[in-house]
Amino acid sequence: MKMEEQNGKPHQEEVCPGKKDKLNLESANALIAETKGPEFWRSLEELAGSGEFQEMMHREFPKGASEWLDSVSRRGFMKLMGASLAMAGMTACTKQPMEAIVPYVKQPEDVIPGKPLFYATAFTLGGYAAPLLVESHLFRPTKIEGNDKHPASLGGTDVYSQASVLGMYDPDRSQNVIHAGDVSSWGEFQNFIRGPLKGQEASQGAGIRILSGAFSSPALADQVQAFLKLYPGAKWHTYEPVNRDNALEGAKLAFGQPVETQYHLENADVVVSLDADFLYAGFPGFTKYARDFAARRNPDSGMSRFYAIESAPTSSGVKADHRLPVRASHVGAIAATIKDGTFLVKGFPQIDRGLTEEETRFMRAVSRDLRAHSGSSVVIPGEHQPPIVHALAHAINAQLGNVGKTVVYTDPVIANPVNQLESFKDLVADMNAGKVQLLILSGVNPLFDAPVDLNFAKAFEGVPLRIHHGLYQDETAEHCHWHINQADYLEAWGDTRAFDGTVSLVQPLIAPLYDGKSLHDLLAVLSGEPQASGHEIVQAYWQKQHSGADFDMFWRRSLHDGFVADTAYSPKQVAAKSANFAQSASPDAKAIEINFRPDPSVYDGRFSNNAWLQELPKPMSKITWDNCVWIGPAMAERLGVQKRDMVRVALGDAKVDLPVWIQAGHPDNSVTVFLGYGRKRAGRAGTGAGFDVYPLRTSATPWFTTGAQVSKISGTYILASTQGYQTMDAGDVTRPIVRTATLDEYRKHADFNEEKPPAELTLYPGYEAQYRSENYAWGMTIDLNSCVGCNNCIVACQSENNIAVVGKEQVNHGRHMHWIRVDAYYQGDRNDPKAYFQPVPCMQCENAPCELVCPVGATTHSTEGLNDMVYNRCVGTRYCSNNCPYKVRRFNFFLFSDWDTPQYKMMRNPDVTVRSRGVMEKCTYCVQRITEYRIKSEESGTKDYNTDADLKTACQQSCPANAITFGNINVADSQVSKLKKNQRNYGLLDDLNTRPRTTYLAEIRNPNPELEA
Amino acid sequence: MQIFHRATNTIAKASIYGALLLVGFILWACIQFQRSPYVTYAHVARPQPVPFSHEHHVGAIGIDCRYCHTSVENSNFAGIPPTKTCMNCHSQIWLGAGMLQPVRDSYATGKSLVWNRVDDLPDFVYFDHSIHINKGVGCNTCHGPVDRMPLMYNEGSLQMEWCLDCHRSPAKNLRPRDQVFNMRYEQPSTQKPLLYEGKIYTDQMALGSDLVKQYHLRTVADITSCSTCHR
Repeated sequence: MKMEEQNGKPHQEEVCPGKKDKLNLESANALIAETKGPEFWRSLEELAGSGEFQEMMHREFPKGASEWLDSVSRRGFMKLMGASLAMAGMTACTKQPMEAIVPYVKQPEDVIPGKPLFYATAFTLGGYAAPLLVESHLFRPTKIEGNDKHPASLGGTDVYSQASVLGMYDPDRSQNVIHAGDVSSWGEFQNFIRGPLKGQEASQGAGIRILSGAFSSPALADQVQAFLKLYPGAKWHTYEPVNRDNALEGAKLAFGQPVETQYHLENADVVVSLDADFLYAGFPGFTKYARDFAARRNPDSGMSRFYAIESAPTSSGVKADHRLPVRASHVGAIAATIKDGTFLVKGFPQIDRGLTEEETRFMRAVSRDLRAHSGSSVVIPGEHQPPIVHALAHAINAQLGNVGKTVVYTDPVIANPVNQLESFKDLVADMNAGKVQLLILSGVNPLFDAPVDLNFAKAFEGVPLRIHHGLYQDETAEHCHWHINQADYLEAWGDTRAFDGTVSLVQPLIAPLYDGKSLHDLLAVLSGEPQASGHEIVQAYWQKQHSGADFDMFWRRSLHDGFVADTAYSPKQVAAKSANFAQSASPDAKAIEINFRPDPSVYDGRFSNNAWLQELPKPMSKITWDNCVWIGPAMAERLGVQKRDMVRVALGDAKVDLPVWIQAGHPDNSVTVFLGYGRKRAGRAGTGAGFDVYPLRTSATPWFTTGAQVSKISGTYILASTQGYQTMDAGDVTRPIVRTATLDEYRKHADFNEEKPPAELTLYPGYEAQYRSENYAWGMTIDLNSCVGCNNCIVACQSENNIAVVGKEQVNHGRHMHWIRVDAYYQGDRNDPKAYFQPVPCMQCENAPCELVCPVGATTHSTEGLNDMVYNRCVGTRYCSNNCPYKVRRFNFFLFSDWDTPQYKMMRNPDVTVRSRGVMEKCTYCVQRITEYRIKSEESGTKDYNTDADLKTACQQSCPANAITFGNINVADSQVSKLKKNQRNYGLLDDLNTRPRTTYLAEIRNPNPELEA
Repeated sequence: MQIFHRATNTIAKASIYGALLLVGFILWACIQFQRSPYVTYAHVARPQPVPFSHEHHVGAIGIDCRYCHTSVENSNFAGIPPTKTCMNCHSQIWLGAGMLQPVRDSYATGKSLVWNRVDDLPDFVYFDHSIHINKGVGCNTCHGPVDRMPLMYNEGSLQMEWCLDCHRSPAKNLRPRDQVFNMRYEQPSTQKPLLYEGKIYTDQMALGSDLVKQYHLRTVADITSCSTCHR
């Protein structure tokens, strides 16, 4: 009966307080006003301390996670129960099936089965390389690591490159050459293309157009030049929806030439961001910047100060000591005030730029601080700010004498630095004029992401022959005569440049799974040299570049190291033009502004089918599998909308219906929408997820504009956000979960955080006695000051530990599986809160509450202090997670791991069990790496138990900011031991006497005293 | 008034004790069944594409284990020889042997031989050959008298109790490192004492406990921690 009742009503409503916001803003305000809520909060519900929130906090999983809510018929239920009963005793009686061993016929040299090899290669996004080392088990790439020798990586990675290994194995990738909807072959395409190319010879290729994404590959650029020489009438266009046109035009405005800007944050005492999200993947140089920035946030040695002026909350802004939320159109005026320098004079600025009193106060302090740190400060403009802001930033940096110290200019990294939008517009104009007979598109999807006003689809239909070359049979491929399946970067040869100009060679880790072709292969065919392989093309190019006789040695060294030595660009002297910094009048402050941002997970839509990225909680909202419209709390109140209500966002004639997410800290009268969702042909993970906002985006205003209309419409939408899940109960407010102090407080009272762990009250042998005699005792520290909330650890952990994805519905029930989560805490005013990131893996408590309650001994303590999890013993009582105060245990409510898809079998880490249904799992400090290390060191007979150099957990290794330190706490001079002695060190919920091995270093802020007053 | 005959008392007693005994027997039978070669495959030779005889190659010819299982000292996986290894000799001898046809075919076509795994641990167990070799566990300690196996079978049950038997008391199986690959190695006894590093051992436990120290074995608590084998 109960089942039936449950089936009768929509169950999602009860799942968690976030789902159906019974707490509306008014009552929240009332609650907040009358109760003094927690100092640190993760969601508005928590801030208000509502009853629903209290209930959820005291639950092991969100309400609904542990109940059977999926519709099942009465008969189905009876069948299931009957079968389970009948089978219950039988599970232990399975005979192991016979397994095959398939050895090589001739074993390649260097291969030791069971030992992975690492190959250097590079992933490219928007033309900028992320240098990598890829772990290969018998020539199957399984895990992406950063190339620690490469100056642009230093061992760190970003979420996109980290998840790219899943993209390579994606079974939805295009597997065939398609002609007119039918499966064809590469050979048939080669035969076919000769005709149209011959037809173009008379006009020297005047009807040929090629459209590709931005690339920095020198070999490809060379090949393109050769092709254009063959067909001088042909044109090469570049367009990506998320491009750096503004930076390029800004450089042209300031210097009259396109130059690349590099920042040296290691030299910067004061960092000012003008709407730049430079601490998140996608910003060229992110990994290096995160490392340098984090290194300068150490309160014990010259801590820098960071001001963020931003139009939408970003993870970079979270790290700011002072954050000023302003509308995007106002950033120009704000930047100009720094340039004016008038704030140095006491009193109000001479030039009225329309700043509010608060902004004036803020900018005066910023200006003073910048001037006080001339030569050691930096102003970073955001990619979506117009060229004038970039030019202003260049002028300010020049004025402050930062050029050559914290800012360096070089040649552009992109091989063909054109204004991509203009290039695209030219193409559409030519198409409309009927000049294009043969259009080849490589790695682009304009039918999904082109600016809506260009009416690309119509122009496209007019082109007589359209050839698509891409990883997926996407929206554009569907409307092309030919589709050629592209080889992933892990399957093909190539080369690419990092943000500093250093060239990385891209070498394949595996033979193309579906016989895909790279752009090198395609161009070779178009140039009439179909026999040339990608390998030959790239090698031949570098042979030409290399003057010495020892080319073989040079080539092997470059492949081994992952980069070609001495290819970094040297700084370029550029003279500033006297630019006209006249500002256009600030738009009407009452008109609603709309921001377009690449999505933190799927970027411009190209990663839509990557389930790791889809399920990655976005840094600020923690939403998975969806996009939404961000509205600030004040504006939401005016509109009368709540989280998950639907609104209609209209701009001109276009309108899109989107669910609302009320984002604390979002500037008022402004909304932010995210690109890349609402794909129609992405694959099984991406198709249909989220809402397509490209229909709102025009070529005139690709990043922000005013004049949007937002109105509430009926209906709500389920957004699966993990923001309120796994909330820890700090209980005692004097021991907050996030500990923080200002630099001044820290200097005055270095012991602000001092708390003795509870005395050992036990009759059993003490913990010291148990663990300190071992060679190894594993421990970890996570530096909250360094963590930039880039989510990289989550994906790295997922990849290393074969963690399953569960899908939107299951995330919504709170059944997501990530072993490490990054909590975002807010503090203070909802409209402009301070925020903190806190990554939470298993704490590996010495006195672990989970172990005591396991009835079958499936979670036990290892002698080295690991809280072991034995999957094959687990019977799924979930008592352990019920008893875990940190809520770090994850339960396989269903068979979440894909056991059938052959591609995924090749992708998994062979050193980690693939878990089944009904099994608890959690972080193990990457015990497979520990074991491998221990065996290696025992075999070598070393007596040095400091593991710092050779043993890293997956999260630690991928962290670009070096926030995670792991090692042996039994060795006094290990890094982790030293950090644990730091005054900032504290254990999470230490008062529960869990004695966590993972501890945190408190976050220290460095506010400007002038603004603190 | 007596309803039941007195004899029913006996029947009642017999059926109660009988039932208990029956339950006990069923439990015992289940446990024995779980440990039987039917489930564990212990001492059951597996079908193979080529009836490769370890007895002949190891026992009679005297080929070292590492000639074929090349990675046993360096990796978790001992390694199964590529076809090339077979052909090192069999391109010279036994050229016409019919039973070697699959080997020659494999070499000619480049398609691998598909062997059936003999010592097959469950997938949630992570065994490492190299560290066992390194600590002085002989091949035949686990794999049995391979040099006397015409067809390969697994010696132990490969069940957890079998692993733990040694992990709980490693001294009883350790031998000097240079004897690890010796298939005819015998543990020291009063009849056959062993001279090792200038000391005469007549007892395995004495040798074993010395080797535990010499090879820096981790403690029993260490090597019976769950994460030693499960992850």
